[in-house]
Amino acid sequence: MTTSTATAPAPAATATAVRAPGPGRLRRRLAQWGFVAPAVVFMLLFFGYPLVRNVVMSFQHYTPKTFFTGEAPFNGTDNWAGVFQDALFGKALWHTLVFTAGSLLGQFCIGLALAVFFNRRFPLSGALRSLILLPWLVPMVVSGIVWRRILDQDTGVLNSFLDTVGLAGHTPWLTSPDLALLSVVLVNIWIGIPFNMVILYGGLQEIPKELYEAASLDGASAWRTFRSLTLPLLKPVITVVLVLGFMSTVKILDLILALTDGGPADATQTLGTLTYQNSFVQLDFGAGAVVGNVLILISAVFAVFYLRANRTEGK
Amino acid sequence: MAAPTPTTPRRRWGSTLAGLLVLCVMLFPLYWMLNTALQPESGLLQVDPVPDGLDLSGFSKAVSDQGGHLLTSLLVSLGAVAICLLIAAPAAYGLARFGLRGSHGIVFGTLITQMVPGIVIANALYNSYVDLGLVNSYFGLMLADASLGIPFSIVLMRSFMVSIPGEVIEAAELDGAGPVRTFVRVVLPMSRNSLITSGLFAFLFSWSDFMFALTLNTTDDVKPITLGIYQYIGAHVGDWGSVMAASVLSAVPAAILLVLAQKYIAAGITGGSVK
Repeated sequence: MTTSTATAPAPAATATAVRAPGPGRLRRRLAQWGFVAPAVVFMLLFFGYPLVRNVVMSFQHYTPKTFFTGEAPFNGTDNWAGVFQDALFGKALWHTLVFTAGSLLGQFCIGLALAVFFNRRFPLSGALRSLILLPWLVPMVVSGIVWRRILDQDTGVLNSFLDTVGLAGHTPWLTSPDLALLSVVLVNIWIGIPFNMVILYGGLQEIPKELYEAASLDGASAWRTFRSLTLPLLKPVITVVLVLGFMSTVKILDLILALTDGGPADATQTLGTLTYQNSFVQLDFGAGAVVGNVLILISAVFAVFYLRANRTEGK
Repeated sequence: MAAPTPTTPRRRWGSTLAGLLVLCVMLFPLYWMLNTALQPESGLLQVDPVPDGLDLSGFSKAVSDQGGHLLTSLLVSLGAVAICLLIAAPAAYGLARFGLRGSHGIVFGTLITQMVPGIVIANALYNSYVDLGLVNSYFGLMLADASLGIPFSIVLMRSFMVSIPGEVIEAAELDGAGPVRTFVRVVLPMSRNSLITSGLFAFLFSWSDFMFALTLNTTDDVKPITLGIYQYIGAHVGDWGSVMAASVLSAVPAAILLVLAQKYIAAGITGGSVK
């Protein structure tokens, strides 16, 4: 039973397999592949294939008629030229950038503050901490709709509250092109805080308490301890939380559709919503694929960061 | 403020108070959702801070309008969980145990898939679904929703199954159990916790899915609650009470799971993303 030492790393296991060939061993290997194959096939179909198909589609001419005739002739780089010449693409790219950067900044800072806060033990801290997760568990499109009611210009509770305390009431949070993007960012910060808090809290818990005792014996102030002890030790977790946050934020669609549908006057149109609009509203899947490919390219750059972070984390 | 300094009980309760305040701010939108749902008469008017009485007419309207969509969501999500676990659990075991050539590549690929934007997948998938006749079908949506949980579940369960002692599995094999029998009789029962966590998250991912519901359905045949509510606000602009009641109903599974399975949720959020 040489292969039963399955904990051995892959090269060793294959080496023994090569040394002692036989039909039994081959059957065993095939059975083992049977465990993994369905997942590999599924992921190729649902992740690998769409990536390739999107590249191909971006060079094809789709029209509403395509789905009756099945014809989508290749049209060279027409889709790409069309998308890049459209002023809306530049706008959507910019909005995506602002939306992602603003959301991450807010979610991370507040999430970190709350993680540090809950890292001190106090009565009911565990219960309060887990209840804060609730907003994260509600379907995002539902959160968006609830906020749409709260932010309503005339009858929303936020404006009536601001009115009561004498601040600028009657603010057109979602209906003014100047404010809508900011409002969407604020709502997304609210959605992302729990996730950031939980992961950063987990990271804080890993830091040995003795280090803090040593720091306080040395007479370090709370701020100094945070800056030169907590932050450096938390760095791997910070990288992971930021990169994961980036990847889930850059592609967001649900929230924006629920809050503004990309409006008013395309003020909240991002690469995600633009892909959707091109493909599923205008049925120009070629143009949708172009924007989608740009989105993938941006994600891929950050995938590299993620994997590097993961590697340092693992070692 | 990170250092746990010795504090008096009074100061500790001060922290509790501050924590409560934070919680109130964070949960206010959810309170407002419930509050609005209980004031169905308010329509497009301002909503009172506290409901007058227990007016459940918004809920009864939401149930009659959206009850079917809730059932659709439940059915699709349970189907997606089944597909997800059926595919991910054996794969996690295979990748953790067998030392197959290419295992590392597959694990790497699993991480990569979490970066592919859903709308890009939907873009290509819709066209294939048209060809395969899977548009507007329960099975098609279950498959697509399963894709939300499979990579996560593989990563999570694999990191658990790696830690199962080799002797346990060898002992089962010495007793003459084949790989399938060993997996079902020994590995799965031992991995119960990671199975539950994976299933839970696969359910939540699928329940919250809006993008696949929106893009892979062109008729009203298969309409989960997320899509139902989204189209509801388009059609019932003045009827915020029942829209919010439907929203409350759609948030119920999340709330129940948070109370019943809190430790699994915390384990999933950290385990699935950091490991």
